[in-house]
Amino acid sequence: MSRQAAITFMSAKTKLVNFSSVKASLASAILPVLGLLVFIGLWNMLAKNIDTSLGQFPGTSAVWEQAQVLHQEHQTQQQKAEAFYERQEKRNADRVAKDPSYQPKIREFTGAPTFFDQIWTSLYTVMVGFFMASLIAVPLGIVCGLSRSAYAAINPLIQLFKPVSPLAWLPLVTMVVSAVYVSDDPMFSKSFITSATTVALCCLWPTLINTAVGVSSIEQDLVNVSKVLRLNAIQHVLKIVLPSSIPSIFTGLRLSLGIGWMVLIAAEMLAQNPGLGKFVWDEFQNGSSESLARIMVAVLTIGIIGFILDRLMLQLQKWVSWDKSTAMR
Amino acid sequence: MSNKIQLELSQVGIDFPTPKGPFTALKDVNLKIAEGEFISLIGHSGCGKSTVLNLVAGLYQSTTGGVILEGQEVNEPGPERAVVFQNHSLLPWLSAYKNVELAVKQTQKGRSKQEIKEWVEHNLELVHMSHAADKLPSEISGGMKQRVGIARALAMEPKVLLMDEPFGALDALTRAHLQDSVMEIHAKLGNTVIMITHDVDEAVLLSDRIVMMTNGPAATIGEILPIELERPRNRIALADDTSYNHYRHEVLKFLYEKQRKVESVEDHRKQRQKNQSDLSSGRLKTGTNQE
Repeated sequence: MSRQAAITFMSAKTKLVNFSSVKASLASAILPVLGLLVFIGLWNMLAKNIDTSLGQFPGTSAVWEQAQVLHQEHQTQQQKAEAFYERQEKRNADRVAKDPSYQPKIREFTGAPTFFDQIWTSLYTVMVGFFMASLIAVPLGIVCGLSRSAYAAINPLIQLFKPVSPLAWLPLVTMVVSAVYVSDDPMFSKSFITSATTVALCCLWPTLINTAVGVSSIEQDLVNVSKVLRLNAIQHVLKIVLPSSIPSIFTGLRLSLGIGWMVLIAAEMLAQNPGLGKFVWDEFQNGSSESLARIMVAVLTIGIIGFILDRLMLQLQKWVSWDKSTAMR
Repeated sequence: MSNKIQLELSQVGIDFPTPKGPFTALKDVNLKIAEGEFISLIGHSGCGKSTVLNLVAGLYQSTTGGVILEGQEVNEPGPERAVVFQNHSLLPWLSAYKNVELAVKQTQKGRSKQEIKEWVEHNLELVHMSHAADKLPSEISGGMKQRVGIARALAMEPKVLLMDEPFGALDALTRAHLQDSVMEIHAKLGNTVIMITHDVDEAVLLSDRIVMMTNGPAATIGEILPIELERPRNRIALADDTSYNHYRHEVLKFLYEKQRKVESVEDHRKQRQKNQSDLSSGRLKTGTNQE
């Protein structure tokens, strides 16, 4: 082969490689969009053919319309609230001007919570429940992973309570919270505590199990290093155990948060506690011709928020973990 | 090397519990090691070389007899018997520097910040790893990881340095480089070293004495071969040396004539059962080669 020919051959080869890599990146960009489009097409096609007692099943346009309506309702409600507080302030100012000894009272705006208020309530509740569970599950998981006896003692409880549906707990939690959390000026509402506790009860298990497995599968050599260095128990946990089990702890945390989010919606529906679940249930009970579209908005919102929560956890894991390869999944 | 006995193994034996009753891995191991001596343990797989090392390290407790270091019985691990593990076992989330630093901070509490820094850097320099101090273990090669592992062990200022097949997982060229480094360090520091190896050339090149072990169960020391080659030793010059070849021949003869080992299927099955029972009792090392 002449030199010239060799160079042409080489450049042809690079072009080929470039082309295939472009093709690959194009495919990775297009395929998800394609999947989404096919889903939307099927949805609209099927929706037309489903007639319910509340009218036709909503297609994309109906859902989009209701999403905008929900947004408007939220804005109107906010304006109402602002106006309410303005009127109240003015009234108070007037009364103080007439009678300086008057102590002005501020009353809360009592309008019905909008869709966006419900989203916020749900997010806040799931986060609190998730943190409560993690604060218990991670240390307990470490203890179980380090000590065979602790694991043997706790394992039956894990096996017993792990498969229990959170909704079975719900009545018990509700009654216990009503009985125990008695206060004249409660910092949190009872419904919030009930929901958060129910979420926590379900978030415990995946974190606990994954932490225990991660801790118990630390390389024996690393444990031996710790022994040769004579690290004490606390140093051993902080310097060897925790860093080495961070990847599995996070696997557990991500599973827990996902489960917690699913459970919360169901719990809110059943217990009529404020949140997205209650929104769905209220719309269902309301039974107007727009209800199904509004529920569909809620369903998609729940999905998107769940997805974002998972991505946030993944980002956190990438940030904390030394093992960048496991964080990619 | 002085003639003072620093480390003594006296009537050491160890039994491991199995479902079928105790398995005697080692029996009547007697060995006296002088300060500054370089000892190699050689023997077939499964003969209990690592068990001897783990006993000296204090990671295992002997069933009979005991290990005595400078007049004191050894019964728990400690930095004065630093171990270089076969699979480097650096903490993967710490840089080379931080790995060594952890050992220094933990074992030499009297040092000031500046002294710690200098001592870490000095030990990395000793193994020629200063250039990669800030790299994570996953970012450096196997040989480099093992160098950092040696630096970490040396930084503990051990009385006895224990090396568990330190170069077993490395390619031949890298291994030769590391062997040269170990000879250089041993010449400079004069630590007592016990090294496990499978490699006859490595044993002859590095050691003052080669301890050859019989096959298990109830393995013990078969022969001890003193290597009276002058130091510093040069692998190229020694390649044609008659006494070097004589020592080599002696070791090979021991391994392949006197302690010839044909692994039967039955043995293999037994070994697997033993490993499984070790695993269930949580004793098995996660490394690839269980001795």
